Amino acid sequence: MAIVTTSKKACSVNPLKMSQPIGGSFAFMGLRGAMPLLHGSQGCTSFGLTLFVRHFKEAVPMQTTAMSEVATVLGGYENVEQAILNIYNRTKPEIIGINSTGVTETKGDDVEGFIRLIRQKHPQLEKFPLVYVSTPDFKDAFQDGWEKTVARMVEVLVDPIEAGAARDRARVNVLPGCHLTPGDLDELRTILEDFGLKPSFLPDLAGSLDGHIPDEFTPTTIGGIGVDEIATMGQAGWTIAIGAQMRPAAEAMEQKTGVPFRLFERLCGLIPNDEFIAFLSEISGRPVPAKYRRQRGQLADAMLDTHFHIGGRKLAIGAEPDLLFDLSSMLHEMGAEVAVAVTTTASPVLERVKTQEVLIGDLEDLEELAKARDCDLLITHSHGRQAASRLKIPFYRAGFPMFDRLGAGHQLSVGYRGTRDLVFDLANLVVADREANHQPTPDTWRTTDGGLQVVPPQLH
Amino acid sequence: MSSLSATIQDVFNEPGCGKNANKTEAERKKGCTKQLQPGGAAGGCAFDGAKIALQPFTDVAHLVHGPIACEGNSWDNRGSASSGSDLWRRSFTTDMNETDIVFGGEKRLYKAIKEVIEKYDPPAIFVYQTCVPAMIGDDINAVCKAAATKFGKPVIPVNSPGFVGPKNLGNKLAGEALLEHVIGTEEPDYTTPYDINIIGEYNLSGEFWQIKPLLDELGIRILSCISGDGKYRELAYSHRAKAAMMVCSKAMINVARKMEERYGIPYFEGSFYGIQDSSDSLREIARLLIERGAPAELMDRTEAVIAREEAKAWAAIERFKPRFKDKKVLLITGGVKSWSVVAALQEAGLEIVGTSVKKSTKEDKERIKELMGQDAHMIEDMTPREMYKMLKDARADIMLSGGKSQFVALKAAMPWLDINQERCHGYMGYIGMVKLMEEIEKALYNPMWAHLRRPAPWDDAGVNWQTKAMAQMDAQAAEIAADPALAEAARRAKKICFCKTVDLGSIEDAIAAHGLSTVDGVKDHTNASGGCGACKGRIEDILAAQPAPVLQAAE
Repeated sequence: MAIVTTSKKACSVNPLKMSQPIGGSFAFMGLRGAMPLLHGSQGCTSFGLTLFVRHFKEAVPMQTTAMSEVATVLGGYENVEQAILNIYNRTKPEIIGINSTGVTETKGDDVEGFIRLIRQKHPQLEKFPLVYVSTPDFKDAFQDGWEKTVARMVEVLVDPIEAGAARDRARVNVLPGCHLTPGDLDELRTILEDFGLKPSFLPDLAGSLDGHIPDEFTPTTIGGIGVDEIATMGQAGWTIAIGAQMRPAAEAMEQKTGVPFRLFERLCGLIPNDEFIAFLSEISGRPVPAKYRRQRGQLADAMLDTHFHIGGRKLAIGAEPDLLFDLSSMLHEMGAEVAVAVTTTASPVLERVKTQEVLIGDLEDLEELAKARDCDLLITHSHGRQAASRLKIPFYRAGFPMFDRLGAGHQLSVGYRGTRDLVFDLANLVVADREANHQPTPDTWRTTDGGLQVVPPQLH
Repeated sequence: MSSLSATIQDVFNEPGCGKNANKTEAERKKGCTKQLQPGGAAGGCAFDGAKIALQPFTDVAHLVHGPIACEGNSWDNRGSASSGSDLWRRSFTTDMNETDIVFGGEKRLYKAIKEVIEKYDPPAIFVYQTCVPAMIGDDINAVCKAAATKFGKPVIPVNSPGFVGPKNLGNKLAGEALLEHVIGTEEPDYTTPYDINIIGEYNLSGEFWQIKPLLDELGIRILSCISGDGKYRELAYSHRAKAAMMVCSKAMINVARKMEERYGIPYFEGSFYGIQDSSDSLREIARLLIERGAPAELMDRTEAVIAREEAKAWAAIERFKPRFKDKKVLLITGGVKSWSVVAALQEAGLEIVGTSVKKSTKEDKERIKELMGQDAHMIEDMTPREMYKMLKDARADIMLSGGKSQFVALKAAMPWLDINQERCHGYMGYIGMVKLMEEIEKALYNPMWAHLRRPAPWDDAGVNWQTKAMAQMDAQAAEIAADPALAEAARRAKKICFCKTVDLGSIEDAIAAHGLSTVDGVKDHTNASGGCGACKGRIEDILAAQPAPVLQAAE
């Protein structure tokens, strides 16, 4: 069992963490016709927006209530009202998703109260979907913002259902954590459909941020799950939640509609996918399609081929809790040693990470510990690039943001196939690093004058 | 807070700013900031602006006092290049939590400064204020002063919390911090008659190194670059420069002007984008240095270098002429620093659409500036569909613009090139202009476009989204044409002033109601042209088109 500790530093150096309001906006981006709105100063939105644009290389909708110094002190009712009206009139969205920020939380704006007043004052907004989530910057992290926002979407947007009402057994709600990419969601959609199931993803980033070229240009999201479809999620036979962060949303769904849920904390690795596929077979009443039997064989073979390179590696990983748990567990199962684990926020999965200690800290901690513990594989998001170049060890980019490489939206980790591709990528990194930096020379094993053995390069 | 608001007022009063001349006393007080529209705003905050302006100082630790959003969401996002320290790329933040909000964050900030000094020992620390600590009353000036005394190291407060205004205000507040706390605090080991400051240059993608070898060759020493590839000590003794070049006027005009006022360092506003501008800037540097005592032969050597470099650049551009024959460029940006980019594009044989100007007389220069200025605003305001139609209507072969419009251009299967700050290639000086031509050629002639424009096998040819979008726009146009009431509404809805969001109808109504006859009159009643002023010409046209009797009757 890992001990979870928190860094005692007054100064965070090279943050791993990002703020929870933009995690909330990220969740709204998986809804069709959505405009995420941050209630804060314009910088709160513009920093988040830039980060998303750099990650996805797509136009990303996101707006601000543009709080000035004066408005911040006097309260933001007028700014929220104007922002909603402007967005409603100019971009004709299907939903506006509002997250608070540090600025407006420090003042203590009652945004739920604002929204009630705005609905009264503007009858056209009476039934218009407005979802508000409190997400102060000075608490929690990106993943928490997503977690709270999706749970709130369920509470506000899903219609309650009568106890005896008929259910569509083939319908399955999928609540994915923010650590899954649009590519992961597409993979899951294919898998579920191959079992004859009809999935509804909430949120569905694969519909909006998979890079497709839209039929119609809109200033809002260009795809994702519609508010109408969310409303009917209570008719589904099951809810599948992916990542521990999705438990609150799944529980809210069950409470509101009686749809039972199954939480998969991981979908990377052989056994997690065995459990997942067995579950789909069970709820669909169908045998596992031949395709997945073949894919399982391919993954098994990939594990055989790559364990030579991954086994024994000392991993330093920095990621949000669910991604950290998923990837580090898979690599542990492949024979790697999880030597350093740094994360951003508390989570029940952390104590089950296969390591001694999980540190809630920053990338300086990750870099220093990786150096001290002689790690030879680094996994974190793109902000780890400076640490990687100083440590001179293979660096695999995972998580958000990934702004210095292309194709972030399509990187896979779920399913037999996603795991297969991931272990190949990791093993190839190790091989390339060995070829570039650890070639033996005639002097590699020569003893020095003092009779001491020169430390050989790593030749795994 | 009072000193911050005084500083902001001071910045708003900047006499060196051309736009200020356009304003009344009352308007000047309000500042250069266009009122941000909730739900319709884009762009960074004042903190962002301050950080952008100062972060290129490479050996300084930049410490952000605030919750995680301000730094955690934004660090390592600029492409400035350093020839030395990489400290500037590391990120330092107090990552304030709930307890700090309740009890105040000053202690944490002080401890953070201590930790940074102990671990990284930088020559100086810049401490950035953000909204939340400003709201709860954290006094960063006092903390910085105490820390500087205690640790014997410059700890510079940069008081520019996000909510005081937009990015360009932050640029200037950053400049004020340098003027107040840094510039003039140290002395250089030696000076030469060839010492200059470069102000407002960030060395993005290392592009300043495309011009620096020429300065080196001429023996011109960059005493301090504010701030690209800059070092703290150079900044501290920058007051000993003989002359200065201000590269990005918007960002740091207050620094250039106040250094002239305080230290007698003359400056000029110039640019190294484009061949002509590069030559002009080199000449101007030489002229100012000679004025300040450098030997007159500097000008001869400068002219020789200019002649050589221009000849090389034009010869290199010659090669592109056959490739660019009959190719049209749609040039849209507020970010092009210089009209001479236009001149170079035209020289290479490209036709510029969207601007109707030919060559580089002074009037043309003003005209291009104006056209590009207003188009930049229009673009920000356009829906992507309208932008697509514009590309289509212009029959352009390539679009050159800032980052914002890129996804629309690319998704329209339109070759596109980034000429704004976020780009990854340097386009500075003579070499840079040739590089720009190379990039245009690569984009234009990529065989991929033809593949992308083919319909999918399951689509009827011509029933892709592009044609659908065009059909919809055409249908709308037809509907409007058929219905006089609609047509009138559409005509009146035409946006005239993009800064203040004023449409034609409102302006016509104001003219009719108050019998206005001048642009200033229109501005007083509708606010139109109260922003960047680029729409003045359009308002003049509207005034001219009004039936004369209306005007007379009212006057």
